[in-house]
Amino acid sequence: MARDIKIRTRITDGVATIRCIIRHPMETGFRVDSETGKPVPAHFIEQLCCYHGDELVLQCDWSRAVSKNPYLSFRFSGAQSGDIIRIAWVDNLGEESSKEVKLQ
Amino acid sequence: MQRRYFIKLLAGTGAVMMSGLDLLLRPLLAVTARNKPAFSASKLDEAMLQIFDGEPITASDAIAIGVHDLVENGAVVPVKISSSLPDVDTISIFVEKNPNPLIAHFKLNPRCEAFVATRIKIQFPSDLMAVVRSGGKLYKTTKFVEVVEGGCG
Repeated sequence: MARDIKIRTRITDGVATIRCIIRHPMETGFRVDSETGKPVPAHFIEQLCCYHGDELVLQCDWSRAVSKNPYLSFRFSGAQSGDIIRIAWVDNLGEESSKEVKLQ
Repeated sequence: MQRRYFIKLLAGTGAVMMSGLDLLLRPLLAVTARNKPAFSASKLDEAMLQIFDGEPITASDAIAIGVHDLVENGAVVPVKISSSLPDVDTISIFVEKNPNPLIAHFKLNPRCEAFVATRIKIQFPSDLMAVVRSGGKLYKTTKFVEVVEGGCG
């Protein structure tokens, strides 16, 4: 299932600010479906990696307690306009997705 | 002929040399496995033992936790961690009273600023703790967060 990753970037004096939102239910497994009365199985992103070119700049290991449709922001130096940023994640069910954008 | 030779050189020995050089120059950050026992731990002490291997942690006021003191909706709590400590290579977020206290563990490349922002779920009013590794040593700061409606159900 393809899931949305929205990435916003900004560069100030070589420092890139990356903000992203990923569409993902981030189910804890504790929630009970109000219609069926059954627990909703856990479904959450376990790992998310951010690359600048082919260099890993940030690895995020997450629990089920990161909010639904996760938001992440971070900053790194040594960036130039036009550089490629790639964000890739994998969840506990083995689903994965990634997205590339150009820094601007 | 010359051009063909050049291309061959690039594709062969050139590429090997480049990748070798690249490895030498690159700051060392590679994808590592997620620490599953730490994330499954149901007690703060246990989670910390799993992820920090019993290393001592010093309280520090050089770590800032940006979170509201009073949160209406525990399902979406914006949290911002930053630090003025040098050479920060990991940032971890714990919520003591959550079913699994370890919320997130970030590994930073040396080019990263000591800063992450995200949104987390908090089930009960609880201490939120941020731990950073700076220059190989661990430092922590805690802040109490009052939650009106828990966010794990």
